[in-house]
Amino acid sequence: MYDGGRILVGLAIFVAFFTFPFWYNLGNAAYQGPKLELPKEKNCVNTKQFMLEKHMQLLNEWRDEYVRKHVISYKNQLTGQKFKISLTKTCLKCHQKEKFCDKCHSSFAVQPYCWDCHVAPKGAK
Amino acid sequence: MKRRQFLTTLGLAGAGLTLAPVLLRATQGEEAKAEHGQAEHSKTEHSKGKRWGMAIDTKKLTPEIMEKCIAACNRAHNIPHIPNKKEIKWVWMETFHHLFPGQMYDKHYSSFSEDKSLALCNHCEHPPCVRVCPTQATFKRDDGIVMMDFHRCIGCRYCMAACPFGSRSFNFYDPRKFLKTENPEFPTRTKGVVEKCLFCYERLDEGKLPYCVEVAEGAIYFGDLNDPNSEIRKVLAKRFALTRKPELGTVPCVYYLI
Repeated sequence: MYDGGRILVGLAIFVAFFTFPFWYNLGNAAYQGPKLELPKEKNCVNTKQFMLEKHMQLLNEWRDEYVRKHVISYKNQLTGQKFKISLTKTCLKCHQKEKFCDKCHSSFAVQPYCWDCHVAPKGAK
Repeated sequence: MKRRQFLTTLGLAGAGLTLAPVLLRATQGEEAKAEHGQAEHSKTEHSKGKRWGMAIDTKKLTPEIMEKCIAACNRAHNIPHIPNKKEIKWVWMETFHHLFPGQMYDKHYSSFSEDKSLALCNHCEHPPCVRVCPTQATFKRDDGIVMMDFHRCIGCRYCMAACPFGSRSFNFYDPRKFLKTENPEFPTRTKGVVEKCLFCYERLDEGKLPYCVEVAEGAIYFGDLNDPNSEIRKVLAKRFALTRKPELGTVPCVYYLI
């Protein structure tokens, strides 16, 4: 091997830098997911799993249904219960923006533009 | 295998390959819908077969009432007070001379042409703003309300150029900077979208009257123009009414009782 020593040193440096995040964080506590303040009211518009995965699609759908098609209520097909289509008048009646929405959004660095216009009620329960 | 058989098989296989994904997707779509909730596609009691209209009684309307109407609207809809030409207005005071150009005769001869009345979006039967909107951010609902979808507005301001009544305002600034209090029941807007009076569609859904009508002490009538027994139809049948710029053929649904 030509220049074997140099290659090996270079490789060692490369591997050291490449694995930097791993050994730098050795011994630190594992990542903790954001802690949400869950509302007391358990009666959501859909299941927890569905809301966790698809709340953004649901909100997009609600937006178009209400603003463009003038559909004012949403029916949960599992329980048959009807809800008013509204971010501030339905979702935020139970969830608090700062203690619920923002927790995950800031943790995952997503910036939904909902709040550019929609006003979160202050001190909602 | 014969040549003919081979070709037939190949053709059928091709057709199957084309159709299968479409059919699969169609069946999955139904399952997904059945599994989760669904928006109910039924119109509310309040909007079925209706055509909302307004009649402003210019005889009963006083400057104090007009101020009250404007204040109630501004407060409820988070309309900022911007003290220059870049102001936002949904409902505002305007002279008869400006409201009805050409219909007030010469302003030197009539005593009332400099008097003021209320101006707002006319929710025209043939709205020119809707025709020019390139994104369909503004559109006409079945119940006659010329609606704004602020999510979709790109701020091109074609609608402002098209509206012959000046009913539309553009957000040159972030409106939240000019708001002292925010009403969480109604969204604010962002910089770069056009806004206007929406006939309080959110109140109509709850079976209530628009804010300006509520505080106008009977000087503004509001109701269903399609219903011959509604108050607004009765008052329009009894009294003489003007609409703004009828020569343009936009057919406003805001009437001025003279």
